[in-house]
Amino acid sequence: MNSILLLIILSGYLAVLFFIAHWAEKKGNSKWTNNPYVYTLSLAVYCTAWTYYGSIGVAAKSGLGYLPIYLGPIIIAPSWILILKKIIRISRVNKISSIADFISLRYGNSRFLGAIVTVICLTGILPYIALQLKAISETFHLVTKTATNSFIFDDTTTYVAVALALFASYYGTRYVDASEKRKGIVTAVAMESILKLVFFVIIGIYVTYFVFDGFDDIYQKASLLENFKEKNTIGGLPQAINWFLLCVLSMFAIFLLPRQFQVSVIENNRENHINTAVWLFPLYLLIFNLFVYPIAWGGNILFEGQDVNSDSYSLLIPQFFNNKTLTVLVFLGGFSAAISMIVVSSIGLSTMLTNNVLIPYNLLGKLKSDEQTISSRKIINSRKFGIFILIILSYFIYRYFGLDYSLVSIGLVAFVIIAQLAPAFFGALFWRRGSRLGAIYSIIIGFLICIYTLLIPYTIGISNLESFFISKGFMGIELLRPFQLFGLDYLQPVPHALFWSLLFNSFTYFAVSVSFKGNYRERNYAEMFVDINKYIINHENAFIWKGTAYRNDIEKVLIRFLGEERTKRAMNIFNVKYNVDKNQELADARLIKFSENLLTGHIGTASARILISSVVKEEKISLPEVLKILEESKENIITNKKLTETSKELKEISAKLQTANSSLIKKDLQKDEFLDTVTHELRTPITAIRAASEILHDDDEIPEDLRKQFLQNIISESDRLNRLIDKILDLEKFETGKQTINPSKNNLSNTIEKAIEPLQQLIKNKNITIHIESKHKFNAYYDEDRIFQVITNLVSNAIKFCPEKEGLITIQIAENSDFIQTSVLDNGKGIPTSDFEVIFDKFYQSTNQNIKKPVGSGLGLAICRQIIEHHKGRIWAQPSIKGACISFTLPKNKNTEN
Amino acid sequence: MKKILIVDDEPNIVMALEYTFKKNNYQVFIARDGQEALDILKTNYPDVIILDIMMPMVDGYATLEQIKKEDNLKHTKVIFLSAKNKESDIAKGLSLGANAYMTKPFSIKKIVDQVSELLEN
Repeated sequence: MNSILLLIILSGYLAVLFFIAHWAEKKGNSKWTNNPYVYTLSLAVYCTAWTYYGSIGVAAKSGLGYLPIYLGPIIIAPSWILILKKIIRISRVNKISSIADFISLRYGNSRFLGAIVTVICLTGILPYIALQLKAISETFHLVTKTATNSFIFDDTTTYVAVALALFASYYGTRYVDASEKRKGIVTAVAMESILKLVFFVIIGIYVTYFVFDGFDDIYQKASLLENFKEKNTIGGLPQAINWFLLCVLSMFAIFLLPRQFQVSVIENNRENHINTAVWLFPLYLLIFNLFVYPIAWGGNILFEGQDVNSDSYSLLIPQFFNNKTLTVLVFLGGFSAAISMIVVSSIGLSTMLTNNVLIPYNLLGKLKSDEQTISSRKIINSRKFGIFILIILSYFIYRYFGLDYSLVSIGLVAFVIIAQLAPAFFGALFWRRGSRLGAIYSIIIGFLICIYTLLIPYTIGISNLESFFISKGFMGIELLRPFQLFGLDYLQPVPHALFWSLLFNSFTYFAVSVSFKGNYRERNYAEMFVDINKYIINHENAFIWKGTAYRNDIEKVLIRFLGEERTKRAMNIFNVKYNVDKNQELADARLIKFSENLLTGHIGTASARILISSVVKEEKISLPEVLKILEESKENIITNKKLTETSKELKEISAKLQTANSSLIKKDLQKDEFLDTVTHELRTPITAIRAASEILHDDDEIPEDLRKQFLQNIISESDRLNRLIDKILDLEKFETGKQTINPSKNNLSNTIEKAIEPLQQLIKNKNITIHIESKHKFNAYYDEDRIFQVITNLVSNAIKFCPEKEGLITIQIAENSDFIQTSVLDNGKGIPTSDFEVIFDKFYQSTNQNIKKPVGSGLGLAICRQIIEHHKGRIWAQPSIKGACISFTLPKNKNTEN
Repeated sequence: MKKILIVDDEPNIVMALEYTFKKNNYQVFIARDGQEALDILKTNYPDVIILDIMMPMVDGYATLEQIKKEDNLKHTKVIFLSAKNKESDIAKGLSLGANAYMTKPFSIKKIVDQVSELLEN
């Protein structure tokens, strides 16, 4: 294929990725970029060109040896729910931006430790990045069938490296705060993860079903090749130990590789995305590995006896069959795998380089005297420059060190180097005693062993059997042979190096930590890391600090790095969170931790500590004191939790009391109103009686008929007075529960007829038609006298409200399985809907003003309600076409317990 | 002949007042609530109005407000006659512009005296 054409395709492909990154960065929090699938796919940055090409090479040469690198992550993935969540929580609350920051913070903001971790990562990862560039370069030449260029400016990889460096430094450093999320990069990486998988599956299907006739066919043909059996057995106990160690190695790698830490911890938006990653990521790896085997053996069959690089089978096979499209697709998949690793790794490394080496060791003093905008720019620029330099540096490693080894071996060397962080890292999570010195010595010793057992032999040349060092050992001491250290001779170089380095590493970490106590700061962070769940809210509380510090000084420092506005906003948040008076002059431990956190994202934990320490006066605290305070704070947190619960309960109770109180006040008001109305109602007949009596008493000339009329008035008003008193007492008895009802089986239709009888004269006088709609007899259990009273009241009201002409009262009776419902309707002016409820109140007064005259005594409906409710029935007003409609229900069964 | 308007919804009380004032040579008008009173007042301008407060439809307070707006009734005296006998009720009634406030139950003699006293001033 023409190189120009491939270059154009490549540029177009890069443009699409740039566009995706740009779009995602703009979209910010949309569900397209912020979801568990993007998160999981970004984790697949684990699968680099090594996976894409190298696994096939390993499978072709040594059978199943490629598997442990994927088995490790698959086995360990379920533990993410606990471990990764813990790491994410710690990193989130402490604003951690890299694994160097993580380890350095845990061991007491150790600047030196941060720098060591950075050096380890750089040593491990730079050749690894170089390897990716090599893969890009080699596959490019393979696809275009051109020779490798010796001149830099003729080499396409040069331009690819520069383009990647630009892309990563632009999208990787959008914010000064390195703990901010990089949506653009992550989304682009997720996209690449989809593409590399899809293209890999396509070539897999092509080889399996188009070149060959399915898995069986490949197996049949491959088994005829020599060495097939040998390559495809685990091969006894020594080989099993090799396998086991490689699994362990990849388990560590999935946590510790800077690029994995970057995507799984720093770029994690929500903890619960892990729940998806736990199953989806292993599934991704499984699908990826499904076709490694058929492609590898397919290649072995096709190219038997030819001298071809088995790493490139996935490209050579489609090329062999002259399938250009497929060749390009496979190339793009591998390209994706390579560049996503390069971009993410370089961002992670650059953050470490600036925040853990450059700033704390060099730039900090200069940054301190700069204005905020300038210092931010300097920080960002140093990161940009860092990314750029790292990628270019890797490019030169690739150009000048040749890297003659297969993709897999260099990758594994990187894994072993990074694995040296494992004891210090996992110790940070689970072991309180782990100390700074322990971590420093363990990493250094582990690294030295790596150098001895891996780096030096690899530099000399692994296959250089002439090498005295490799074959005879250092100074000819047989026990010190780098690949058979202390006579351990059945492990392959990589598991061998891992075994010895980790053994010494862990032992040193443990022994030094136990022998030398760490300082109080380490112990403090140990507590905060190990028990993160306890401190997740208000974690500043867990920070122990003693001394004098002024808010003003701290704020000044913050303003230098964050700017006036952000500092103010942060301080407000702090004041609100801890209920601190903003005019308070002295700063406490919480504010110091809070401020360190604010700076951490910008300049790393160690520098943040140094900066804050420079403006405060700290007193030393002894370790026992720290332990005591920690114990107390633990108790405090528990007490606090209890107090919060109690205060919540108290709040609830107080709310209930308030409701009770307001209902009491309401009742009191109602009582006052009731008394007011009752006295008014009592006075009215007395007034009439008094006036009439006075006239009769003083006036002797009163005509006989008027005299009789006045006397008649006195009699009727006295009766009215008496009825009123009866009703008041009645109601009072119901309300206080003194009134009982005596239900017996009665016929409701009969009761209604009996109740209407005494009212017939009144009905006739007003020319009202009364109509009872009931088909048959309705039996129910009720107190007949009381229901009689209810019906009398309702019908009397209806009579009162019927118009002068053509009055019509309708009584309807209906039933269902449980209730009998009686409704009394009239064709008067009706009841306003707003009054449907209140008419059953004592002395209901329309529109609720106490100056309007109640209708009748104002007690009738209130008594009716009491009677019905004592029967376990219900009474209510409802809309009707014309006039008022009051309905009540009575239960049919004898369930009233009154 | 002086004109008096009695506004009350209790027929027996009205009957007593009507009898009394007729006997004392007043021309008596009767209304059973505020609305009826205001209707009568459109064409008649009594010298005194005896006004109940708690009545259906338009109550005494509202009626007084309307009366105060009417130019023709500028010189009409108004007496509230109510069973609302708390001090606050009385103060409210007087503050609305009534000339006197009498509570129920009342003495016939006293109310006649009160009316004639108001008319003399």
